[in-house]
Amino acid sequence: MAEKVLMKGNEALAEGAIQAGCRHYFGYPITPQTEVAAYMAKRMPKIGGTFLQAESEVAAINMVIGTASCGYRAMTSSSSPGISLKSEGISYMAGCELPALIVNVERGGPGLGGIQPSQSDYFQATKGGGHGDYKLIVLAPASVQEMYSMAFKGFDLADKYRVPCMILADGTMGQMMEPVELIEGEVKKYDKPWATTGTATHEGRNIINSLSLSPAQLEQWNKNRYDRYKIIEENEVMFEEFMMDDADYCIVAFGIAARVSKNAIMTLRNKGIKVGMIRPITLWPFPKQALINASKKVKAFLSVELNMGQMIDDVKLAINCSKPVYFCGRTGGVIMSPDEVIKSIEDIEKGVAQEW
Amino acid sequence: MPKTTKILIAGFGGQGILFSGKALAYTGLKNDMEVSWLPSYGPEMRGGTANCSITVSDTPIGSPIVDKPDILIAMNKPSLEKYFYETEKGGYIVYDSSLIITQATRDDVITIGIPATKLASDNGLDGLANMIIMGKTIKETNVFSLDQVKNSLSQMVPAKKAELLEKNIKAIELGYNY
Repeated sequence: MAEKVLMKGNEALAEGAIQAGCRHYFGYPITPQTEVAAYMAKRMPKIGGTFLQAESEVAAINMVIGTASCGYRAMTSSSSPGISLKSEGISYMAGCELPALIVNVERGGPGLGGIQPSQSDYFQATKGGGHGDYKLIVLAPASVQEMYSMAFKGFDLADKYRVPCMILADGTMGQMMEPVELIEGEVKKYDKPWATTGTATHEGRNIINSLSLSPAQLEQWNKNRYDRYKIIEENEVMFEEFMMDDADYCIVAFGIAARVSKNAIMTLRNKGIKVGMIRPITLWPFPKQALINASKKVKAFLSVELNMGQMIDDVKLAINCSKPVYFCGRTGGVIMSPDEVIKSIEDIEKGVAQEW
Repeated sequence: MPKTTKILIAGFGGQGILFSGKALAYTGLKNDMEVSWLPSYGPEMRGGTANCSITVSDTPIGSPIVDKPDILIAMNKPSLEKYFYETEKGGYIVYDSSLIITQATRDDVITIGIPATKLASDNGLDGLANMIIMGKTIKETNVFSLDQVKNSLSQMVPAKKAELLEKNIKAIELGYNY
């Protein structure tokens, strides 16, 4: 077992990316993710990598496109407003079928918003922030250890399926320190015969492109990609079940909201109310089957989120509204207390809660 | 019975709030406990309010946010006022009595005043009121022993800053023995 060190989530994520073989980071500072860039600036020159602070978020994502086109593991990180700026590039990467890691350490929005933690970019991350038919694989860490390990997972999934992968964290995950075991994960190498590495290394010309003026061809490209999304949905769903065995109520929460919910669940259990939680680790693909299975046992669901209600739509769709679904959320950078989650469950039990 | 201690350190930016919190978290880590450390962050580095949440536990930690501390360390008056009644029953409130004059009382918590900032300037330890108040806190609460904190601090401070380490330990001992 590796020795545990105390690290901020942002630093652990950056170290994880380096351990996963990333040697090219392009960023632009924004609170609360700046430590990712600062860590990369310190480490990359020492290991022969590239750290580049671009002139803008738009430039940074385009540098990632260039590097990923050459077959290298590249990443960028930002926070909510910066991710909006990068969204054009992310759409292009989806169209070009380029693997890369994009990190969003969310803050409150919309607009410039605030700098405190938020999960209000759930729609943007899971439904496509840019234009066109595409999906990102979206990972939601809930501890500093997961910030580290998700960097591995993110690069691996991106390379495996040729899709951009996003780590959707929030300000607390980025800023908090917890003990981390810097486990040496397996760095899988994937053949990238499509990469633009020069005609000395491959036959003919490799072209990285998202443009097709033929509707029939573009449709086929999209269909091919969606065939791959189907395989991802079948094989790559990750979630954690917490005290679900005998649960009457199922909380669905990710990231910091799941951490707060765990406290609430312990208190509610002490009061004799059987509550459990399903914590999606992949927000896309969403753990639909786990929710369907739970819907056969529980009386109701409670979606706990740091936004005005976004993931709750996916909860209702997953279970086809077969059980009542309630919502507990705060927004704008406010984090709910365990007491607010407790009250939501107690209101549901008393029959005074309003369904979403 | 699982034991979890929630600590909140609050004061002005620049008082070393985050550092003393980190020292406590690091001490927990070095003693095989679960720990979390969460700072307030943003445009409040100097002069504004700063606080940090530390949880040490023998079981995995749920929320890292401390809004109802078992131990409150208050280094300015707004922080004491904000969290005075939020502190858990049976908990501890340790405050810098050279910066805070208060008449507030509770009989369900132990309240301890220590003139940390004055002690610091009287002893040539300017800027180390944070460590003085931490020394007093560990003495009163037994959250860690003096040796545990000294050991972890000596691992936390790099060798080339040995002089800083010496001063920090002197400050902790001053508070501990006050």
